[in-house]
Parts: sequence; C-alpha cells; structure tokens
Amino acid sequence: MQHIFQEIMGKYNYWLYIVLMMIGLYGMIAKNNLIKKLVGMNIFQTAIILFYISIGYKKGGTLPIIEIPHGHHSISPAAIDIDKYINPLPHVLMLTAIVVSVATFGVAVAVALKIYKEYNTLEEDEIRMRLRER
Amino acid sequence: MMTTDNVFAVLLVVTPLVCAFFVMGLHWVDRRWCYPLAVIANGISFISAVEILISVVKHGTIHYRLGGWRPPIGIEYRIDLLNAVVLVIVSTVALVNLFASYNDISRELPEKKGTFYSLYLLFLTGLLGVVVTGDLFNLYVLLEITSLSAYSQIALGDVRRGPFASLNYIFIGVIGASFYLLGVGYIYIMTGSLNMADVAHLLTRLHYSQAIFVAFIFCMVGVWIKMALFPLHIWLPNAYTYAPTASGRVIAPLMTKVMVYVMIRLMFTVFGITYLFKVVHISQFVVWLASVAIIYGGLMALSQNNLKKMLTYIIVSEIGYMVGGAWLGNKLGLTGAILHIINDAFMTFALFLAAGNFAYRLGELTLDNFNDIFSKMPWTMAGFVVAGLSIIGVPPTCGFFSKWYLLLGAFAARQYFFFVALILSSLVNAILFFRIFEKGLFGGGGHHVSVRGEIQEAPVNMIICLGLISVGLVVLGLYAGDIVNTFIIPFIPQGLG
Repeated sequence: MQHIFQEIMGKYNYWLYIVLMMIGLYGMIAKNNLIKKLVGMNIFQTAIILFYISIGYKKGGTLPIIEIPHGHHSISPAAIDIDKYINPLPHVLMLTAIVVSVATFGVAVAVALKIYKEYNTLEEDEIRMRLRER
Repeated sequence: MMTTDNVFAVLLVVTPLVCAFFVMGLHWVDRRWCYPLAVIANGISFISAVEILISVVKHGTIHYRLGGWRPPIGIEYRIDLLNAVVLVIVSTVALVNLFASYNDISRELPEKKGTFYSLYLLFLTGLLGVVVTGDLFNLYVLLEITSLSAYSQIALGDVRRGPFASLNYIFIGVIGASFYLLGVGYIYIMTGSLNMADVAHLLTRLHYSQAIFVAFIFCMVGVWIKMALFPLHIWLPNAYTYAPTASGRVIAPLMTKVMVYVMIRLMFTVFGITYLFKVVHISQFVVWLASVAIIYGGLMALSQNNLKKMLTYIIVSEIGYMVGGAWLGNKLGLTGAILHIINDAFMTFALFLAAGNFAYRLGELTLDNFNDIFSKMPWTMAGFVVAGLSIIGVPPTCGFFSKWYLLLGAFAARQYFFFVALILSSLVNAILFFRIFEKGLFGGGGHHVSVRGEIQEAPVNMIICLGLISVGLVVLGLYAGDIVNTFIIPFIPQGLG
C-alpha cells in the first residue's frame, strides 16, 4: 500500500495531468450542451500544456538566465551548472500551444454562435432532433 | 551532393502566409483584387514546389535552416523525394481549384470573398508547411493552422448543417492533434530533441523503452483521427459534404492525403522499419483495420443517396488502401501506398470537381437528379466517367496501377484479407459508378428543369479544369512506371522485404 502511495506521490504531476485529461475527455463526450463540451475541450488541452510544463521543471531549479560574475565578460560553458536551471524549451513550446488552443477555442465559440443563431439552442440532442425532422 | 540553401523551400510556405493577410485587407479596399492576389500567391507556391522537385531529383535532399540555426536546435526544412512530390500535388490541386471555383465563390459567398480566400491561403500554408517541415513540433503547429482554416471554411458552408458538422470536426480534430502533441512530448522526454532526423538517430538505442511505445501509439492514433481511418472517421462525411463547394473540393482530396504522408513520414523516417516491424507487433492489426475500413467505406457509399456523401465514404475507403499498403511491411506495399497518395489526390479531386459542376447546375445532388445527364452535361460527365473508372481501377487510368502494386504487396505479405478487401472494393466502386452512368445514359423521364432553371453544361473554366485533371489521370497512369522509378523507389528505405 505504502509502495503504491509512494509511486503515485513521486510522480504526482503526471497523475494530475492524466486526471485532468480524463475530466476534459469526459466533458467532451458526455455533456449535452455544446458550450460545456467546449469547456471540456479546453480542460483537455490545458492538461497537455501542464504536462509539458512539468517535464521542463527541475526541483530547486531557476530561470535559465546565466549571470556573469562581476568583472568578467564571459563565462566558460564548463562553469555552468545545468542542474540549477530548468529546461526552457518545453515552456517555450507551450507558449505556441497556448496560442493554438486559444485560437481553436475562438473558432469553436464562433461556430457555436452560428449554430445558436440557426437553432436558438445549444443542446446537442435538440439540434440533432431538428436535423432529423427535415 | 547536398544543397543547403534553396530559397524556394521557404518561399513556398511564406508567400501564401503573407498574402493571406493582404487578401483579408484588400477585402475592405476593393473586393475585386482578392482573387488575383490569391491566384498569384498560389502560383508562386506552385512554381516553388516544381523547382524544388526538379532540384531534389537532380541534387538530392534539400536542407533549409530557418533563421540559420543548426538543425537539432533550430527548425529545419528537410525535403526529400516524398515531400517534394506531395508538395507538387498540394499546390497543383489548390491552384486548379482556384480557377475552377471562381463561379462558385461568386455565387455561394459573394459577401465573404476576402475571408474565404484568406482562409484558403492559410489552409494551403498549413498543408505545405506540414509537408515541408523536418521538426515534430513545427508539424503540430502547422497541422493546427491547416485544421483551423478547414474548420472555419466548413462552417461557411450549408447554413443548417455546416456549422454543426464543423463543430463536431473541431472536437474530434482537437483530440487527434492533442494526442499527437502528447506523443511528441513523450518523444521529447526520452530523446531531448524534436528534429525528425535527430530523433530517428537517437531512437535506435531506445527501441525497447515503454515511453517510446506510448509515444508511438499516441502519434499514430492522433494521425489516424486526423486522416479518418475507420473507426475514427465519424467526423468526415458530414464535414466534407456540407462544406462550401470550393473548399470541400480542396479539403477532401488534400487533408487526408497529407495526413497519410505524415503517417508514412513518422513511420519510416522517425521510428524506422526495425521498430515498426520487429519491435512493435501491430502491423497485422492495422492491416486488418485498413481492410475493414475499405469494406465499410464501400458499403456505406452504396447506401447513400447523395453524390457528395457517397464520394466522402469513398474517401474513407481509400484511406484504408494507403494505410494498409504502408503497414504491409514490404516494398511493393509501400510503393503502392505512395503511388496511391499521388493518384488518389487527383482522382478524388476530379470526382469532386465533377460533383461541383453538377451542383452548380443541378443544385441538389440526389442520385435521381442524374437522369439523362449525359445529354445535358456531356463534358462534365465525360470527366466524371474517367475519374470513376480510375477509382474502380480500370487500366490505363492511374487508379489501376497503384491498386496493382497494393494487390501484389498484399499477396507477397500473405495478407489475403486485405487482398480480398481490395478486390471487393473495386467491385463495389464499379456498382457505385455504373449505377450513376446508367441513370445518366438511360434514365429518361427525370425532371429536366432544376431549381436553377434549364440544365446546361457548366461554365467553361470549370470544364477546362475538370478536363485537365481527367486527362492528367490517364497521363499519370501511362507514366506510372516512370513515376515509380524516379520518385518512389529511391525513397523506399533499405531493408524492407
């Protein structure tokens, strides 16, 4: 029991992202309201962003800005302790991914608005019923 | 010899991207300028793609470093024969569609010309970028540019059903792209690199890692969702049917084909054949899935009463051809799959062009409207017949040759179920198309006046485009041997059985 607990707590960031991802997927699949589905979609994407953020992080690490000691003009690469700095690349990638997810959300909301103007409802089952009637 | 600097590689992607913004701006200045600018941007992409293809055939792979950064750190455009061919296909289809769709746009979206052409160019940018890039994350971003412009174009279509189909496509498309992104994340954890060639090199030592297996499955499922492999195809038929004619015609042939390209690129360049066929044992399963996709697509196409919807189910079936061929794990199968990417892009494009012409004159595309169509629209019908025969696989049209390679590959790999599925699919396609031909020739007594007045031949620019592509289908068939020898055989990785 203790073993399992340690296993989970040792990698809690990954567990968290899986739980969030499942919440998002559940929202997208099970909810009937289109806006709720959109929120699910956003949670799903955020989970992946958090996953990327956590893989770049190091315990006790700081921003990768190298400070040159006073009086020096440069610092030799060997003198840099890479364990002290977090990996910035996944974070930079996620800036782009955030932009993508915002853009997707924007397009999706605009399309949902178009649906609302046509059907006066955002409940999926009602829309499907109307589509079948015709 | 290796060329490191080829300006066309970047011109190809940047021109439509920049012009997309100017087209949007010109919409407010003078709407008449949107169309010529879109044609110019697309034309420059087309010329660049052709130049790149010539250069790759002559001098070998092109490496272009964006911003001058070295590959493992910077983004690299890496163009070998496979990309170069797909680039030419994408830009050709988009350009011809621009010429063909002039009348449709004026009729369907007169108030939104600027918006439409802007989205169209962004879609082209995304597709070309996905094909040209050698960076896994860059691929994701460009894939999302492609998808977002596709979503919005589909939402511009049929007022009742278009937006709803688009929203469903968004939900499923986002899941697909996110799965791919997750897979890339796992690859990054294990290798610390995002450059395809670099990752491929590092992966050779990580074949038995659990994380890499997870990454592989995530990437593949993501790509399968985006290309609509059965049973992940639910979004496709509605999205492609209810899109505006002009965009459906370019999204349907290109989006799926480019995703098949991405799959082949990931399989054979990034993960490598040892990993695919020696380490993970899923090829049998995927070939079965592809066979089911072929049969399912055919049967669903049979049960449709609307021409466009029928064509979308044919696409579902054709996806099975290419996925199955790539996973057969032998030279013949992969050759067939790549040749089918080329052929199927043009075959589906020809079919959708013909469907567009019919829609322009008939309005509704229910099959009963096709009564006596041969005498009313002879030229369109001629193009449709060539495209239909090509889908069925009648020589000398190009569809026959890729199917022949696939059949040989299936036989050599002893995948008899796939073999049978291919043959059955030909039979089903024959029924599908001859049903329409029969109606068109002998089905008199239909109503000859549609909602749009007396039925006559489609406008001449649409006819010319359709004619061009239909003749192209026969030419592609006649030169199939040369295409295989020049473009495909050099790409096939060594060591494939």
